[in-house]
Amino acid sequence: MSKVKGSPGLCFVEDRRSNNRKRSSSAMAETHSLQDLRQAAVTSKVFVQRDYTSGTICKFQTKFPAELESRMDKQQFEETIQTLNNLYAEAEKLGGRSYLEGCLACLTAYTIFLCMETHYEKVLKKIAKYIQEQNEKIYAPLGLLLTDPIERGLRVVEITIFEDRSIGSR
Amino acid sequence: MKNCEYQQIDPRALGTSNTRTSTTLPCGRKNSQRLRRKWEVFPGNNRFYCDGRVMMGRQCGVLPLTIGLIFITSGLFFTFDCPFLVDRLTVFIPVIGGVLFVFVIMTLLQTSFTDPGILPRALPDEAVDIERQIDNSGSASYRPPPRTKEILINDQVVKLKYCFTCKMFRPPRTSHCSMCDNCVERFDHHCPWVGNCVGKRNYRFFYAFIVSLSFLTSFIFGCVITHLTLRSQGVNGIIQAIQDSPASVAELVICFFSIWSILGLSGFHTYLVASNLTTNEDIKGSWSSKRGEESGNPYTYNNIFTNCCVVLCGPIPPSLIDRRGFLPPDDAPQTVTSDTELPPFMSKNDANMCTQGTKELLQSMALSTVIQSTCTPGTPKTAPVTQESLLRTVSITVSPPNRPPSTGCSGHQAQRPIDVSCSQKGNKRSAHHTHKPMLRVSSPPYSLSHSPLILSDGPDMGFIPLN
Repeated sequence: MSKVKGSPGLCFVEDRRSNNRKRSSSAMAETHSLQDLRQAAVTSKVFVQRDYTSGTICKFQTKFPAELESRMDKQQFEETIQTLNNLYAEAEKLGGRSYLEGCLACLTAYTIFLCMETHYEKVLKKIAKYIQEQNEKIYAPLGLLLTDPIERGLRVVEITIFEDRSIGSR
Repeated sequence: MKNCEYQQIDPRALGTSNTRTSTTLPCGRKNSQRLRRKWEVFPGNNRFYCDGRVMMGRQCGVLPLTIGLIFITSGLFFTFDCPFLVDRLTVFIPVIGGVLFVFVIMTLLQTSFTDPGILPRALPDEAVDIERQIDNSGSASYRPPPRTKEILINDQVVKLKYCFTCKMFRPPRTSHCSMCDNCVERFDHHCPWVGNCVGKRNYRFFYAFIVSLSFLTSFIFGCVITHLTLRSQGVNGIIQAIQDSPASVAELVICFFSIWSILGLSGFHTYLVASNLTTNEDIKGSWSSKRGEESGNPYTYNNIFTNCCVVLCGPIPPSLIDRRGFLPPDDAPQTVTSDTELPPFMSKNDANMCTQGTKELLQSMALSTVIQSTCTPGTPKTAPVTQESLLRTVSITVSPPNRPPSTGCSGHQAQRPIDVSCSQKGNKRSAHHTHKPMLRVSSPPYSLSHSPLILSDGPDMGFIPLN
């Protein structure tokens, strides 16, 4: 059996945020193409790096990697990355809500974080759902897998490229 | 000692280095059945308690001293000064004191136990990819591993350095702390008094801590002065007053020395917050106009109020290291470890090291000065060496804490043999130095010049120094 390098990525995706993932992993198992990706061999991985031109906010480069040219549509890729960037911008947005949260936290000597989930964490859950959706609908049928950047410390968006063969035959 | 360490490895911890897998011990099989959490294989120099919920730097530094001083001073205040002042003045005095005290302790613990914004190390695949990109881009030219990248942030050229330990290009404002062996986002400094780095995620706790501590010390100082004044207004005079309440004098002394340093530090950090700078950047002068060029801080919003809001009330990103996540059962952890790392779990060894370490601490506090040059050769930029290296020594030679919290949590840490050898070298080297550091340590280390704080953008040990 070929070494399934893809599975660690999948396992990380499943084990992280285990509450959510327990529900979603069963959903993933039902999706035929994602399940089959487990058996597929990994050809290579592409890393989409961070874009720091706007400062330290979390933003990824929208440049289309050369390795994906044969696999997918540039437009689609850019759209995915742009949506991710917008979601991260929403998480880090400085506005009335985040200031209110910060002030309230300060007044309670930051103990409020023990009971309350921060806005950022809520958006991260949204992002995780979005990535899972994208994987199921768009990337898995093309033999690709997006890894949630939070699994990589928000450094990169890792795209695993699986062997290109008819996935349903296995 | 190395043999001793090896025998005391916790068998549950095996499997972190790829060579030691389940074949070496029968317990290894059990290892694969029990899912381990990621904090157990964390490569940095950190301690984790309560199954990964609580973390701090490896050397707790003088955190016990900080807590002790605060408790003792406050305890003396509540016991000896408050009764008198409640009689003479108002009951609100202990109330205010109590509120401040609780706030100080809570923010201190949060600063110490929160992840400062550690960046997890790059996985091997990523590292390989980056290396390939560096080679292709040709920016290496004649220099051996090139490792800087220039980017434009708000029309300002910013250099990103490559971190050899974490195998990635550090994001802007990120620095590698050599104490904790981690890259920390928006790295401010490593604070030995708090026993942890101060970075993006815990800077506001740190700021709240020093501000509330300055209020507390000022408050206690004022109350003690009032107390002694009121007492001495009786027929007996000041000498009798002091004899009646000797604890007040102790509090006066502690508060007097603390106030200068803590107030100064608060003022300095207020300036940093208002200009959206970090201690690291300020000390290195990253954004001051050098070479006659016009350079400013590209991260500032040019508005004091906005800067304050952003730094203190902005959103806190969650911890990126996911300490409590589970490792996949069939994989050895794929993080890139530095070459010098040994099996990290030597919990039994902690107790042995503890008393030894404490003795070393006391000796080194008396004797040491220039450790930095010994341990990390070739560091290009260093703040005033004596004061900084003193604190480095304090951090290096302080051993692991005496015991984990007794609530049933177990503490694990990553021991680095290099630190031990550094401290030993340091002790030998520093034997001939003067007692000047001793004076430094007996007073609180913070001064208006803020130089005793630990900076850590130095190169990693054993690697080529960066420019």
